[in-house]
Amino acid sequence: MPSAPRPVTNTAADKRWRPVEAAMRRNGYRAGGLIEALHAVQRAYGYIDEAAMRAIGAALQLPLSKIYGVVTFYHFFHLKPKGRHTCVVCLGTACYIKGADRLLQTISREQQVSPGETTADGRLSLLTARCVGACGQAPAVVIDDQVVGQAEESAIHRQLAGLNSAGPGSDEEQP
Amino acid sequence: MNPEELQRIAAEELQAKSAAKHRIGVCTASGCLSCGSREVLKAIEQEAAARPEANLRIEGVGCMGLCSRGPLVMVQSGPVPAENSGAGAETAFLFKELTPADAPALVAYLEQQKSDPPTVAAGSTASSLAAKRCDLSAPFFRRQVKVVLEQFENIDPERIESYLAAGGYRALLDCLHHRRPVEIIDEITRSGLRGRGGGGYPVGLKWSTVAKAGAFVPQAGRSSRQSAGATAADRPDGPRKYVICNADEGDPGAFMDRSVLECAPHRVLEGMAIAAYAVGADFGYLYVRAEYPLAVERLRKAIVQAEKRGLLGRNIGGSAFNFQVEIRLGAGAFVCGEETALLASIEGRRGQPRPRPPYPAEHGLWGCPTLINNVETLANVAAIINRGADWFAALGTEKSKGTKVFALAGKIKNTGLIEVPMGISIHEIVHEMGSGEVGGIKAVQTGGPSGGCIPAEHFHLPVDYESLQAEGSIMGSGGMIIMDEGAAMVDVARFFMEFCVEESCGKCAPCRVGTTQVLLLLEKIGRGEGTAADLGQLEELCHLLQQTSLCGLGQSAANPVLSTLRFFRREYEQLLVDNTGKSNETDGSQSPQQGPQEVKK
Repeated sequence: MPSAPRPVTNTAADKRWRPVEAAMRRNGYRAGGLIEALHAVQRAYGYIDEAAMRAIGAALQLPLSKIYGVVTFYHFFHLKPKGRHTCVVCLGTACYIKGADRLLQTISREQQVSPGETTADGRLSLLTARCVGACGQAPAVVIDDQVVGQAEESAIHRQLAGLNSAGPGSDEEQP
Repeated sequence: MNPEELQRIAAEELQAKSAAKHRIGVCTASGCLSCGSREVLKAIEQEAAARPEANLRIEGVGCMGLCSRGPLVMVQSGPVPAENSGAGAETAFLFKELTPADAPALVAYLEQQKSDPPTVAAGSTASSLAAKRCDLSAPFFRRQVKVVLEQFENIDPERIESYLAAGGYRALLDCLHHRRPVEIIDEITRSGLRGRGGGGYPVGLKWSTVAKAGAFVPQAGRSSRQSAGATAADRPDGPRKYVICNADEGDPGAFMDRSVLECAPHRVLEGMAIAAYAVGADFGYLYVRAEYPLAVERLRKAIVQAEKRGLLGRNIGGSAFNFQVEIRLGAGAFVCGEETALLASIEGRRGQPRPRPPYPAEHGLWGCPTLINNVETLANVAAIINRGADWFAALGTEKSKGTKVFALAGKIKNTGLIEVPMGISIHEIVHEMGSGEVGGIKAVQTGGPSGGCIPAEHFHLPVDYESLQAEGSIMGSGGMIIMDEGAAMVDVARFFMEFCVEESCGKCAPCRVGTTQVLLLLEKIGRGEGTAADLGQLEELCHLLQQTSLCGLGQSAANPVLSTLRFFRREYEQLLVDNTGKSNETDGSQSPQQGPQEVKK
């Protein structure tokens, strides 16, 4: 593997790398365990950076191009760090019918962040989902992994305003 | 675990249940959790702990259907109903929209040991409770016939004992000890069960194809370093078959599988194990969406519990049958619901489909014969084994047997999950069970991005595979989105096409390029800039997409457009401009896509 200058995820010394190693070991270091390994990286670090991809490539004997191809194919994997808090607006059919697109626009305006982006201070990532399966409670918004059903604009704004800079996700500070 | 042990554990659990004067079940599926059922459960537990003389048994249970009115709490009294009897408990009340503040009133009321429901006149504390009582004789509940969702109100999804008490794993042990694989396949074939993932392929036929296929030697992985304590890695290099449960429920608007996985994970595992025994597989994968964290957590728990009880793993139930199950997480790709794409994803690759044949039944995971069934299909299996093919075949219609779970969402009062016999009319589902206002509803969308919109004039149609297909929609996995007059159908078609553009895997040109072109045309028409020629081209492209795409995603991507064109063509035409750039029917000053449009077919 060529060693390019990069923000190094030092896999040997990093405790957070252990579950990734475990996931690869569990799958016998076969190529078939690639997606499992990527899930483990994202769980531990919040996103998947180049260093992680290179380390997995070395362990599973896969070219970086193939790993990058897989990471970018699946919507669930992120290449950029997320904010300390996340707000996922569901844009599934039921939510769409009940005005999720307008909800997204107002959140985006109020929080001054475009969908898919993170606020400048790294406080909040505004994301969208194709369907979180809470269609009975449409429109649904997921704030820090908690589903908020029948989401009303005012309630969401209050909740987002109440998120302080610490809290869930703060242990996911990037190296 | 042998059948005697199973019976003993089930009996103990039932006894413990029956010992309580009242059983309180709080829904702990994600729907109710999102409106605070965990807090309600805690509050009731605290209140009950303070009053032990009330003799209550409180547990978290599965989904009770009426998701829009959560948190739901079921109170049952009297003896626990016999399994499979179809009868409810002696008395059962369902409360909706309970809050932690209601807990004292509920417990105090039950302590009085009355068997009649609280009434408004019964006093100040009980009156607020009475207002929250659901009418269980309402069509929403009364019309349901539960096979897949059966006993959800009695099953604690996190405890295997609870599932055993509801008759769980009996079918599996019965199969292992008393039936040959060929007899099981025959039973499933005679039941007429068809794939519930949307395709409707006969399940018995699929099983027998896999059973007949010779097991292949799996291809060696690229790197096979020695590893200790590995699970999948110590796969024998001998011949092998696989069973895969497709739990990649990606249709926006569908949440049946999520609910089944969250509420009765063991029912799915039992179905997988029976399938594996029948086709001769010894390894299974559950391919679940990563977007369903609660389902994944409960499945993991369930697998550990089942292994501990000897109901998964080696020598299941004391027989010679081995079956191991692993979870594989999806990563947010709709196309992975297509079976060959799903296989690619489990193999660690981009989820791109490949041409069929060869079908996975003969050449599947790592080249081995593989049975792929959807969650709901597998959840039907144990019931068919327990009660027989004839019982199942008596439900439903001539060609579509059994029941179907639907997820009702959109513009109706009662949104949530229902299970109804096949052949029930859309009218009954939408207007009677869903309490949708007659006249206010314009169409129902079934089958998600692969389905179509059925206009209100056609609501007399029975819900089965063939009838829906004849109307240009599909049964799909069971999502039903109800749309009122405010829905602009061109925009609905655009919404689904945008979805398909984003989800197209990009492998074949018809889908990759075609969906984008269709979307551009829809956007142009939506902006009020389309011409009659554009409309013609739109239709032509849709047919091209249908006929030339590689997999189901592309082949069905045009369905929402074609079905809205068929039933709501006037909405498209209203948006067209003639060649001079003048709008046909709108006066140009108003944005054509806004507001409800007056449309009659």
